[in-house]
Amino acid sequence: MNRYTVSLFTENFIGILNRVTLIFTRRGVNIDALTASESKEDGVHRITIEVTTTEDQVLQIVKQTEKIIDVIKSFYYKDDEVVYQEIALYKIPISSLDPGLEKVIRQYNARIISAEKEFVVIEMTGHKEDTKALLEILQDFNILEFARSGRVAVAKPMGTIEQYLNN
Amino acid sequence: MKDSRIRGAEIVIKSLVSENCDYIFGYPGGAIMPVYDALYDYADQIKHVLTRHEQGAIHAAQGYARVSGKVGVCMATSGPGATNLITGIADAQIDSTPLVCITGQVASPLLGTDAFQETDVVGFSMPGTKWNIQVRKAADIAPAIAKGFHIARSGRPGPVLIDITKDAQNELSEFNYVPCLGIRSYRPYPIVKDSEITAAAEVINAAKKPYVLFGQGVVIGNAEEEFKAFLDKTGIPAACTLLGSGALSEDHPQYVGKLGMHGNYAPNLLTNQCDVLIAVGMRFDDRVTGDLKRYAKQAKVVHLELDNAEIDKNVKCAVSVLGNCKESLPMLTEKVNEGTHDEWLAAFRKLEEKEKSAVVSLDLLPTKIGLTMGEVIRYINDYKKDDAVLVTDVGQHQMIAWRYFKYKTTRTQVTSGGLGTMGFSLPAALGAQLADLSRQVVCVVGDGGIQMTIQELGTIMQTKAPVKVVLLNNDFLGMVRQWQQLFFDKRYSFTELDNPDFIKIAEAYNMKATKVTERENLSDAVAEMMIHEGPYFLEVVVEKEDNVFPMIPTGCSVEEVRLS
Ligand SMILES: Cc1ncc(C[n+]2csc(CCOP(=O)(O)OP(=O)(O)O)c2C)c(N)n1
Repeated sequence: MNRYTVSLFTENFIGILNRVTLIFTRRGVNIDALTASESKEDGVHRITIEVTTTEDQVLQIVKQTEKIIDVIKSFYYKDDEVVYQEIALYKIPISSLDPGLEKVIRQYNARIISAEKEFVVIEMTGHKEDTKALLEILQDFNILEFARSGRVAVAKPMGTIEQYLNN
Repeated sequence: MKDSRIRGAEIVIKSLVSENCDYIFGYPGGAIMPVYDALYDYADQIKHVLTRHEQGAIHAAQGYARVSGKVGVCMATSGPGATNLITGIADAQIDSTPLVCITGQVASPLLGTDAFQETDVVGFSMPGTKWNIQVRKAADIAPAIAKGFHIARSGRPGPVLIDITKDAQNELSEFNYVPCLGIRSYRPYPIVKDSEITAAAEVINAAKKPYVLFGQGVVIGNAEEEFKAFLDKTGIPAACTLLGSGALSEDHPQYVGKLGMHGNYAPNLLTNQCDVLIAVGMRFDDRVTGDLKRYAKQAKVVHLELDNAEIDKNVKCAVSVLGNCKESLPMLTEKVNEGTHDEWLAAFRKLEEKEKSAVVSLDLLPTKIGLTMGEVIRYINDYKKDDAVLVTDVGQHQMIAWRYFKYKTTRTQVTSGGLGTMGFSLPAALGAQLADLSRQVVCVVGDGGIQMTIQELGTIMQTKAPVKVVLLNNDFLGMVRQWQQLFFDKRYSFTELDNPDFIKIAEAYNMKATKVTERENLSDAVAEMMIHEGPYFLEVVVEKEDNVFPMIPTGCSVEEVRLS
């Protein structure tokens, strides 16, 4: 078992996300995280899915997703083949805001993005391990809420979807 | 100025006409009524067949598609009409049958409100269709149908579902049909790579005991001639899958038989003795491979396949050739050496003799009192034309009919292979017959399966399609009973049937019907049926507890094929 990033380029068609995830469901592969967004190509959307499974399984899944009419192309990568980030938000009561907390924020390259009357929201981008490490420290500061996005990723191998779209 | 716009419902029909659709199999209801109303004016251009159940409609469309090679079209209303199509959709998907299913849907303002006969058929059918769409505007109907036909018939064919809301059917719009020629995200025919052909030829040319397995891909690709040319040049023995039957005439000197759980002895056993296995348009279904861990381990596998997702899915290959075999086979034929494999072929023939004495002669020329399914098929062979179509249901009779039917030409095999849908054959035979009225269509069905769609006798009556229905009646759900006998200690749990008087039923549907219980009447009865002009119902009462052999029990290796 390994962690893989599946990166799909699709038409922006109703139901596409459903069709894609069905393929994971059917093979019993749990989706660890999922993000969907536009891509730099007009009308092409990208879906990034993080899974923990075997290479055989992820390869079959990628091929199956490519059979979906509105999927233009899908790829899969190991962690060292992608540059990826996640964003995490932490909600802390205002009463916890002290020099100790500020030091932690600086140390983790996080920042306060919102200060409300009763709480502040801290934001950090990074890998899951890093955002999780900060979460653990913030437990001591009476953290109220935590949310983390799925992975956004770009591949290290040069030239992928454009080449495919253009030939 | 005169308004040139027409209603969405009429756009549906005009689009189907533009796709040269000549038959619609369907069943009306509230949400599709505008389309049915429009259809009334086009009776001279499109024939509609009113089945007795939507499952009948879709299976009929499947039979039609398999025999004609065209896209089968079926239509149903929303809600229960649409959900009744689901079994057929799943069946068509796994057997790669091109279909366009059109369903009515409640008006768009009602969508998602649990309105009367509303069902999320797009959601229901999503995992089973090659593509589906809901259309909510009249202007989107023609493009959706154009795209649907393109997707259904190109590449690896499959079922498409187009759900059209009632307001879209009633809305006015311009009609302008533009056939769909391509979709950016969809490449139905991968370009065959020269490097793969060269690599495949190298492996094949070095082989001492090469062996070809062919499947329905040859038929779907219309590559029968190209396939035969490849065999003729190389002299390699070839065996077929259930759905590959008919792609090569069984008279071909290198044809060695059928693969799979109830296929022939030699083709299964020798899979584990060849040194190169060349799979053409087949997908290594588990019914063919048995235990994968002990399947053709000694062989280098060369896989010619259109669908990339099939490559290395079940069996890892040494060389894959991705692309339509219509294209790849001639390229390969050019690069392979001419050859003969007499000794290797003789190994097949020797085992064939063994199967003959242990199984075949007992099935075809029985000496015991009870009639066998095999002897019925033997007589059908005697009286059938070369291009007669065999449509079978699911069970023992399916396997026996497949084993003994002499396939001479392509598109003569119609059965539910991948899904194994009981109730498939009666409506599929109707569709197969309407696809080509000049051909004999013989439907072989069990007493269990016929009762799943027996009402389609009514459709046969109404269309007067001259289908020959052969009911092999053993008063059991035979195939399940066989498993109970072999693997469940003869505990026949709920497999015995108290059957109705089928002859009376057939006669009530205006079919000429005959029942045979004695061997001496069988030949004449089959002969009479085969020359009869209209539909015909022949019931043959066969041995209650016969089994189908050879058999590869589930989980066993191909070389553990049993003769008894
Ligand atoms: C819709 C459906 N339900 C159940 C089965 C499981 N099944 C496979 S073969 C079989 C028995 C078929 O009996 P019959 O139609 O009498 O044919 P026979 O095997 O006796 O020739 C059953 C129940 C199936 N294939 N399809």
